[in-house]
Amino acid sequence: MPEIRVTPLGAGQDVGRSCILVSIGGKNVMLDCGMHMGFNDDRRFPDFSYITRNGRLTDFLDCVIISHFHLDHCGALPYFSEMVGYDGPIYMTHPTQAICPILLEDYRKIAVDKKGEANFFTSQMIKDCMKKVVAVHLHQTVQVDDELEIKAYYAGHVLGAAMFQIKVGSESVVYTGDYNMTPDRHLGAAWIDKCRPNLLITESTYATTIRDSKRCRERDFLKKVHEAVERGGKVLIPVFALGRAQELCILLETFWERMNLKAPIYFSTGLTEKANHYYKLFITWTNQKIRKTFVQRNMFEFKHIKAFDRAFADNPGPMVVFATPGMLHAGQSLQIFRKWAGNEKNMVIMPGYCVQGTVGHKILSGQRKLEMEGRQVLEVKMQVEYMSFSAHADAKGIMQLVGQAEPENVLLVHGEAKKMEFLKQKIEQEFRVNCYMPANGETVTLPTSPSIPVGISLGLLKREMAQGLLPDAKKPRLLHGTLIMKDSNFRLVSSEQALKELGLAEHQLRFTCRVHLHDPRKEQETALRVYSHLKSVLKDHCVQHLPDGSVTVESILIQAAAHSEDPGTKVLLVSWTYQDEELGSYLTSLLKKGLPQGAT
Amino acid sequence: MAAHLKKRVYEEFTKVVQENDPSVRLKIASLLGLLSKTAGFSPDCIMDDAINILQNEKSHQVLAQLLDTLLAIGTKLPENQAIQNRLVDVACKHLTDTSHGVRNKCLQLLGNLGSLEKSVTKDGEGLAVRDVQKIIGDYFSDQDPRVRTAAIKAMLQLHERGLKLHQTIYNQACKLLSDDYEQVRSAAVQLIWVVSQLYPESIVPIPSSNEEIRLVDDAFGKICHMVSDGSWVVRVQAAKLLGSMEQVSSHFLEQTLDKKLMSDLRRKRTAHERAKELYSSGEFSSGRKWGDDAPKEEIDTGAVNLIESGACGAFVHGLEDEMYEVRIAAVEALCMLAQSSPSFAEKCLDFLVDMFNDEIEEVRLQSIHTMRKISNNITLREDQLDTVLAVLEDSSRDIREALHELLCCTNVSTKEGIHLALVELLKNLTKYPTDRDSIWKCLKFLGSRHPTLVLPLVPELLSTHPFFDTAEPDMDDPAYIAVLVLIFNAAKTCPTMPALFSDHTFRHYAYLRDSLSHLVPALRLPGRKLVSSTLSANITPHEDPSHQFLQQSLERVYSLQHLDPQGAQELLELTIRDLQRLGELQSELAGVADFSATYLRCQLLLIKALQEKLWNVAAPLYLKQSDLASAAAKQIMEETYKMEFMYSGVENKQVVIIHHMRLQAKALQLIVTARTTRGVDPLFGMCEKFLQEVDFFQRCFIADLPHLQDSFVDKLLDLMPRLMTSKPVEVVKIVQTMLRQSTFLHLPLPEQIHKASATIIEPAGESDNPLRFTSGLVVALDVDATLEHVQDPQNTVKVQVLYPDGQAQMIHPKPADFRNPGPGRHRLITQVYLSHTAWTEPCQVEVRLLLAYNSNSRLPKSPWVEGGEVSPQVETSVIEGTIPFSKSVKVYIMPKPARR
Repeated sequence: MPEIRVTPLGAGQDVGRSCILVSIGGKNVMLDCGMHMGFNDDRRFPDFSYITRNGRLTDFLDCVIISHFHLDHCGALPYFSEMVGYDGPIYMTHPTQAICPILLEDYRKIAVDKKGEANFFTSQMIKDCMKKVVAVHLHQTVQVDDELEIKAYYAGHVLGAAMFQIKVGSESVVYTGDYNMTPDRHLGAAWIDKCRPNLLITESTYATTIRDSKRCRERDFLKKVHEAVERGGKVLIPVFALGRAQELCILLETFWERMNLKAPIYFSTGLTEKANHYYKLFITWTNQKIRKTFVQRNMFEFKHIKAFDRAFADNPGPMVVFATPGMLHAGQSLQIFRKWAGNEKNMVIMPGYCVQGTVGHKILSGQRKLEMEGRQVLEVKMQVEYMSFSAHADAKGIMQLVGQAEPENVLLVHGEAKKMEFLKQKIEQEFRVNCYMPANGETVTLPTSPSIPVGISLGLLKREMAQGLLPDAKKPRLLHGTLIMKDSNFRLVSSEQALKELGLAEHQLRFTCRVHLHDPRKEQETALRVYSHLKSVLKDHCVQHLPDGSVTVESILIQAAAHSEDPGTKVLLVSWTYQDEELGSYLTSLLKKGLPQGAT
Repeated sequence: MAAHLKKRVYEEFTKVVQENDPSVRLKIASLLGLLSKTAGFSPDCIMDDAINILQNEKSHQVLAQLLDTLLAIGTKLPENQAIQNRLVDVACKHLTDTSHGVRNKCLQLLGNLGSLEKSVTKDGEGLAVRDVQKIIGDYFSDQDPRVRTAAIKAMLQLHERGLKLHQTIYNQACKLLSDDYEQVRSAAVQLIWVVSQLYPESIVPIPSSNEEIRLVDDAFGKICHMVSDGSWVVRVQAAKLLGSMEQVSSHFLEQTLDKKLMSDLRRKRTAHERAKELYSSGEFSSGRKWGDDAPKEEIDTGAVNLIESGACGAFVHGLEDEMYEVRIAAVEALCMLAQSSPSFAEKCLDFLVDMFNDEIEEVRLQSIHTMRKISNNITLREDQLDTVLAVLEDSSRDIREALHELLCCTNVSTKEGIHLALVELLKNLTKYPTDRDSIWKCLKFLGSRHPTLVLPLVPELLSTHPFFDTAEPDMDDPAYIAVLVLIFNAAKTCPTMPALFSDHTFRHYAYLRDSLSHLVPALRLPGRKLVSSTLSANITPHEDPSHQFLQQSLERVYSLQHLDPQGAQELLELTIRDLQRLGELQSELAGVADFSATYLRCQLLLIKALQEKLWNVAAPLYLKQSDLASAAAKQIMEETYKMEFMYSGVENKQVVIIHHMRLQAKALQLIVTARTTRGVDPLFGMCEKFLQEVDFFQRCFIADLPHLQDSFVDKLLDLMPRLMTSKPVEVVKIVQTMLRQSTFLHLPLPEQIHKASATIIEPAGESDNPLRFTSGLVVALDVDATLEHVQDPQNTVKVQVLYPDGQAQMIHPKPADFRNPGPGRHRLITQVYLSHTAWTEPCQVEVRLLLAYNSNSRLPKSPWVEGGEVSPQVETSVIEGTIPFSKSVKVYIMPKPARR
């Protein structure tokens, strides 16, 4: 029995270090290769030893697919390919290929230079790893080998994020990566055609959320920032360098421009400039508005947003600062936060999800006193606001995507177990499909019934098509032909051709049947009576009376003879070939009923 | 005319039909179709042949084309039932063809020609009864998506032709909503909409439950679901159609705005309230608060389902769609639904206000317009007003002006709201001083709508103090004028307000009442005499004395015929003067008064011209006097063109009279020239032309001729046979006597008539700094003008630039430069390019607006042009003449010589 096997190495009932193994039609594919934000030990990377204990990974994996450039989807890539060892192809989209190394390098710097970790991948390893990457375009079907093909779909979420369809023969799996079903200020919405995969692996970060209208959120956000700035307060918005940051920048930039505001907006870290450059380049990946107006003005060329310097944080007067990282767990955003936390005029806006254990999570949960390193206690007086700008699909969006793709099975990853449970129930109820949510290391096996393609000759198809009258979807159609199986190759041909190909002579198969008829008249007269009876009953068929006294209906022959013993009984000999079985049996049953008396 | 010729052509074609190359046959078939579309060709003769060819044809493409030809034939003969039936039979026969193209055409033919009446085929065998709908319906499940689409389209075509579709189609169409192909889904949405409009009240069962709902509600839910379809074409279609489903129940309607309310269709009666509780308790988090998405206790799985289907949040989705086309469609639909349901209007307000922040300007503009349209149903809360007013800072002029329009008809609930609006508008004024007029107008309406809310604000706004005199504000400050406009308009219906004014306010009132009378109403102020307000206080418009006066003045003119020329002239002059004055005083009657006055002026000119001495003196002496008469003729012509094209609301009966007057002017011209020129040759042509004109007149207004008893043309037509044969000199003589004898035709007054007018706002013509540019290059001049009562301005309004050297240039503005802010009003914002050779001094050019006309556009087209290939645009865009209809504005320019 063919089957599809899925094993999450990461992101199974969890958010972080996405890494899912899929075996489909004898091919092994690894989807994403991420790191986990919450851990600093070995647990931060997926356990690749699951794939093989000894021996090179290349022998076990046909390809690796990276959905987008977030570190929880690509962070372990250099480790995996260079340190564990993998030489096969790595597929990702063009923007991902461009931005991914910047983020990896940044990640490496923090880990090695700041935290002083040893045994971490080096810059050279990142470069080597990127050399193995094959970039794909949207909707381009890439043949990995003769049987395995992959295809990317637009996923929204971040620049270059894609969903991938993995197909072997007639079996297919769609992996969504992270996606967003509502468009935002810089990206469009995810879209997939009705590809009806056997399995849809979808993220479920917001499994229990149905978000308000995006516009309410934007309005709230702008209002809060505007008010704080007018009050003279400073606004801190912790973001990750890429993704949300750009959306919020565009939002604030256009607002500033429309309202003619003067308060400065800063964006921290040099990484952004490089990334912004890519955003300007990959215009085709952005939303309708930016695509349409970039000729006049590229929306990513900000007028009001300037680079941040550490000294600016102490400047008097209102300002808005975007600082990394987004969960306030380290770096510049945390530094600024410590400086500003004491003033109630100031405000921090958390625009996205915060992993448990980070400062962001703590203040969002309402903690007002934070214990910092060195036993310091930081009192948080500033306003803390949360606004979900995460570009993940909400429950309704997930349902929408499932509806669009019409999969046979759904598998949830990248979410919390409890919430998944809820969504799983909804999906099963709504679409009547099986839904799975394996934990890390747990394997889901799906039996599949792959369809076997059979070739049919055009002549046969046309001939059979022409016989039926009207198309009727409700009734199956009967097709006469011969199935030839030759070297794992199936063909349906007409019987004549089959005979010819196989060099066989045709055998005639004839059925004959005697029908006793009580009729004292002569044979000829009986035949005539039969003829006129059949003629009146079978209007659509060609009924003929031959000179030798026999009657033919199409190719069926009917002969009348006197019974040897009883002259009052006539024997009708009905003979038909195998092909005319239907008509022949009908005729005999008709004749068995006897002839009408009135006829002469 | 050339039917026999065409028949001949057709015979030639049939010879070639035996052609072997299918592409040649294809072309012939298509030519046959074109041929049968031309006028004067009776296509029934080729039908039999076409059908015969059809039977032997093998190529699918040719078959399809032949069916197309048959369709053309069938549509040409709509009355002939037998032919229609025959064609339908042919189509049915070919429905089983293997090619999608042929099936498509067959379905199209069925849709266009098939009738619902069950037609019995004559020959006794086979199925006798044909139900076109059933046949088309069978192809809803064809294997080819193009055929499926064609089947739905055919069904829609049947509906358009007025056949009532069966309700059974509804279920079939619903299945097609989940088709794989977008064009099928798009057409299916339309079909569902059609059926829902046909059978709104019938009850349909809900699958998998034993409950039933109204069909229109069910359809609404289904179309709402399509708003989140994968294809944006379908989304646009669905969003558009939602707007016209007014019969839908209100609770379904309101669900469209609530994403969270997952009330299921299946058990709405039982689960509705429960579902509501569920969501107020928050099964799903909203994403606004942190940590509210922790799952609550297990819920009964049966209670909540169907996140996907149903009307829930359709508009929420539509309004935040990726494609702005969908968003605009959603806003429009929202507008239409809100207009029919006040409670829905109230609910959708928040969403509309949110759309004011859309990233695409068009969408913002559309939502502001929508808000204006529904504004009589709603009252803005303060926080909503706040968001609305924030848009005033938008840098786009269109948006700001649309918003001013919106504020004109908005209801505000509190005095803080009024204050807020005023403050924001003043802010807007300082930021964009060009918005001055629009803001004043906006405040005028704001004041007159909310007098009681303005009252408590007056002391603050005028910064008066109970004890101290405050400084007198600057009278020329636009902001101060804005405040005064608000207050004075509020004071109109609030008599207690003037008591709060200080002395200088009264003085300013008097000044503004004179200088900005359209913004400042007449107030009843203590100690001031107000003529107009006391007079017109309690008169119903019906017995409006000014209207009576107008009628009387016009009736007086009836007696014109019985007066001697001198008396007639005096009477006309008097009446014209009266009418003009009336028009100035009563703006609502200005159109009628002007129109009538113009007509009377024409008559006056005609009488005057006929009184000239020149008719009596001998030929050699009249050379000089003829100037006056020919000038009169020319002027009458001009005036008649103005009457015909500058007024909106002119009906056919007026047009006849106007044309009649013009004909008289032409006659005058003819006889004047006849007298002043020597020799017969030029006269010959003129006479012929004139007679053509008369003939033309007769053809165009044949229906109205009975109303023209005793008129010039009536008499002229009587003598027409004689005129045709007469010599030019005689013709002139006859015409002359006719003209003298002709009676004055009474001009019936149209119901609603408005004179087209235009005001150029920009350039203002005040600048002393010349626009400098290098000669030979161009300079762009921004022109901004408001047009009132102009019909079809895109084609008629032109900009003219007159250079000092007499050179005139006419510029055709782009259609996109015209905006339509309200009924009868247009706004032209365009750029005019100026260029000239170098000048030594700066000098002024004149810019004005022209109304282009073409009197032929009214007339029926001559029959031989009809079927031809002449595109209608070419014809109408020919400009016969122009009428200036705005004051000209002077612009100071200075083309400098180019530097070498």
